[in-house]
Amino acid sequence: MVNSTRRFFLKALIAGSTLLVGLGGLLKPLIAFAERNKEAFSAKTEAEAIAEFFTNQDIIPSDAIKIGVHDLVENGAVVPVEINTGFPEASSITILVEKNPNPLIANFDLSPECSGFIATRIKMAESSDIIVVVRSQKKLFSARKFVEVIEGGCG
Amino acid sequence: MASSIKIRTSIKDGLTTVRSILRHPMHTGYEKDPETGNTIPAHYIEKVIVHHGNKLILQCDWSRAVSSNPYLSFIFSGAKAGDTLRISWSDNKRESDTAEAIIQ
Repeated sequence: MVNSTRRFFLKALIAGSTLLVGLGGLLKPLIAFAERNKEAFSAKTEAEAIAEFFTNQDIIPSDAIKIGVHDLVENGAVVPVEINTGFPEASSITILVEKNPNPLIANFDLSPECSGFIATRIKMAESSDIIVVVRSQKKLFSARKFVEVIEGGCG
Repeated sequence: MASSIKIRTSIKDGLTTVRSILRHPMHTGYEKDPETGNTIPAHYIEKVIVHHGNKLILQCDWSRAVSSNPYLSFIFSGAKAGDTLRISWSDNKRESDTAEAIIQ
């Protein structure tokens, strides 16, 4: 009895891994052209955007993430942001602006070759926290920084 | 027509730094045309993908709140001088562009 259960388990395991390998091959092109998470991008609050984008995953605050941005910005239409994740294996970097009409600004999916560094320029409608969420080894970490904006940049 | 994508690369200690500018209006859909007073329809890049040779190394999903003429810089390993780096974008009007640079 023990033996046959064990054998069944092994068979299931082998079948399962074959299926996974097969699925992996199928999934690759799908990942390369992953559907845009429209709900997250059209969310109106930070909490809603995070809930849609990171569905119920815990996010741990971390000092390792450095958000390079000026404390005071004159023109909200062009806010340079530099992110250093501080994690050796960062697989994604997500930028949100709490008080923008749609807080989710950008997501970057990094291959293992990429350093945990991204620099870009974003628009800020008004003074707000910038939130950065980093995925590393299947865990999520976040940092936030307040930026004062003199003239909003969402047109 | 000149490419909408400008790419600069530099290699140091095995790491390649990429700096790029994608020429694009990135209209949010909230702005008004100063002459006509009409709202300018949203027009913005949604996706940017970067390949080193045939390998996908970076994939970006953007909202309308990335600044006009978006700037994108990142760092990656494993490239040598002479390799090809390809950057492609596509926007919400299904327009797109691709450019290649030789890493140096």
